[in-house]
Amino acid sequence: MSGFQTNSRVIKWIEYRMPVFSFLNHSIGAGYPAPKNLSYMWNFGSLAGFTLVIMIVTGILLAMQYTAHVDYAFDSVERIMRDVNFGWLLRYIHMNGASFFFIVVYIHMFRGLYYGSYKAPRELLWILGVVILLLMMMTAFMGYVLPWGQMSFWGAKVITNLFSAVPIFGEGIVTWLWGGFTVDNPTLNRFYALHYLMPFVIVAVVVLHIWALHQFGSNNPLGIDPKGPQDKIPFHPYYTAKDSFGMGVFLIVFAAVIFYLPNYMGHPDNYIPADPLATPAHIVPEWYFLPFYAILRAIPDKLLGVIAMFGSIAVLFVLPWLDRSPVKSGRFRPIFRIFFVLLAIDVVVLGFVGANPPEGAWLITGQIATFWYFLHFLVVLPLLGVFERPKPLPTSISEPVLKGGGSLAGAPAKPMEKA
Amino acid sequence: MRKGLLFGLAALAASASLPLAGPAVAAEEGPALPKLEWSFDGPFGTYDRQSLQRGLQVYREVCSSCHGLKYVAFRNLADLGYSEDEIKAFAAEYTVTDGPDDDGEMFERPGAASDYFPAPFPNEKAAAAANSGAVPPDLSLMAKARAGGADHIHGILTGYEDLVPDAVLQSIFEHETMKNEEKYEADLAEYNDKLEAYNDKVEAGEQARRPLEPVQPQPIESIEDLGLAEVSNFNAYFPGYGIAMAQPLYEDGVAYADGTPATIDQMAADVSHFLMWAAEPKLEDRKGAGIKVLIFLVVFTGVLYAAKRKVWKDVH
Repeated sequence: MSGFQTNSRVIKWIEYRMPVFSFLNHSIGAGYPAPKNLSYMWNFGSLAGFTLVIMIVTGILLAMQYTAHVDYAFDSVERIMRDVNFGWLLRYIHMNGASFFFIVVYIHMFRGLYYGSYKAPRELLWILGVVILLLMMMTAFMGYVLPWGQMSFWGAKVITNLFSAVPIFGEGIVTWLWGGFTVDNPTLNRFYALHYLMPFVIVAVVVLHIWALHQFGSNNPLGIDPKGPQDKIPFHPYYTAKDSFGMGVFLIVFAAVIFYLPNYMGHPDNYIPADPLATPAHIVPEWYFLPFYAILRAIPDKLLGVIAMFGSIAVLFVLPWLDRSPVKSGRFRPIFRIFFVLLAIDVVVLGFVGANPPEGAWLITGQIATFWYFLHFLVVLPLLGVFERPKPLPTSISEPVLKGGGSLAGAPAKPMEKA
Repeated sequence: MRKGLLFGLAALAASASLPLAGPAVAAEEGPALPKLEWSFDGPFGTYDRQSLQRGLQVYREVCSSCHGLKYVAFRNLADLGYSEDEIKAFAAEYTVTDGPDDDGEMFERPGAASDYFPAPFPNEKAAAAANSGAVPPDLSLMAKARAGGADHIHGILTGYEDLVPDAVLQSIFEHETMKNEEKYEADLAEYNDKLEAYNDKVEAGEQARRPLEPVQPQPIESIEDLGLAEVSNFNAYFPGYGIAMAQPLYEDGVAYADGTPATIDQMAADVSHFLMWAAEPKLEDRKGAGIKVLIFLVVFTGVLYAAKRKVWKDVH
């Protein structure tokens, strides 16, 4: 029961029959002890859950007005924008919410990468996170098809066509995915059905992700295990208060984009109705796919390109076994930190490459960046685990400053996170 | 010690904030669009009712003969400052096909406020046939469907041969000449490689085909040198410089009801303004709500920060 107490008779009555309150208390309440030194970087997990809820709520409301048919989809979106009460707001929230969901999740992932949150005993937690990322990508991709603009159509065509690279069965798979011989009404219908279904699959995996999280609790900026009650504070009210503040900051940025730059992250071509006979000059996916798109196009061979693109995510699944360093936090890994920054730059470079046609300098840059991406995970991380000499770790979260024994001069651990 | 992480995240954030679509859109690079000052720009931007009304007049008297506006209904013109009676009278000037009636016949009636702007052509084939194969696009979303928005529309309308400044023409010629030369250099390098391979093969007594030598391009000095298609008209701001639409606006082509002199630039700006409204009719609602939402969120977040500080003050 984690010491759950109440005086309310109603709550006691329910609690006796179904212990939902002690469950909540244990999940996100006072009964869940968390490390006391979590920085603001730890806000992005709950923020991702919050964004998921925003997407589901706005999505359901939009679904009440949307028509999944090639002849009416574009018109129905315009009707939402013009005639539905606050339809423009719902649609701009949903459209930009996808981008913000990815921003939040990418930050959440880079935080995990830096602080070694994927290491034992949190491997499954990390893997479930990568599963969520994959589900998100599928959902976002199919959602982008629904307005049935030019980029919707041609993006769907290009991405589904990737499966034609599969030997022997390729063409058959693509026809099966399309439900016909080109991207057409059956494709739109099934994408809509799946786009509605997938978020609930994501919710299910999020539950598993949180379940796995609660087994050992959050990692922390020092990457060492809490040694006792003095290293922990209850999730509520401490982290509920901190996460709420972070959510406020997030909403300010989100609202600024929704109300003042709603089409900034979109592509103008998607305000042109889909035309199967007119190919846009440049087919570009949404920004959050650009690094992966760059990896796809860096390799001249179609099948190998597809394999590399999926491999760039597959490598994340085995990350806990590639990085063998016993030290979790990047703070105590002087060389790892340099490579971490290089990886972040590399991914950004890949993003820019993905936005540009694969020619000349862009192609070569893309190839180098792709090579570096895989080199980082497959060679650099395993080698660092062997050759890197980590800085001495603090003895506990409450006493992070080492007393003697620190052979590396001038390497005092950082004082605790400011509240 | 957190510098590494912060730096990485800053880089990520920067990647998100840069216009990634920019380079892709700018691939058909031409001269930069002239940027106008629009009353709807900025966080407090609103539409200029007078300009919208003039723009509607330009659309109706010039553009509407070829371009539809299918997502705009007559009732929406209330946004432009027209009264209900004015809108009814305006709609009644159009003839709308309705039906079928009880006898199964289609019939024509005067337009009502709930009707949408009628399409100029009965179907796409008719539109193409009447315009030497190029279908004039619907204008409802034009201001959002092109990079540059209203500036793009204004640029196209004022980008014809006789309207653009000489400096812009010269910059296009120079740019295209340079592009041709770059292509020639690349072709020449490829030709030399092929020629070498050819010579080697000939020496070895093998069958080979002599590669074609690239032709040195002539510098581009006039619009004719650009080699536009027969049916195209030169336009400085259209991708590839050749647009099917002939110059639509001429000095005093419209007699403005409010007496504003109908210069080409004035008409172009007014109709661009009008089409921005047509594409984003809720812009004023959006910006107006935005400021309230942001003020609320800033205050609310301040409260949350104070609460967080209070909760955490004993943790150390």
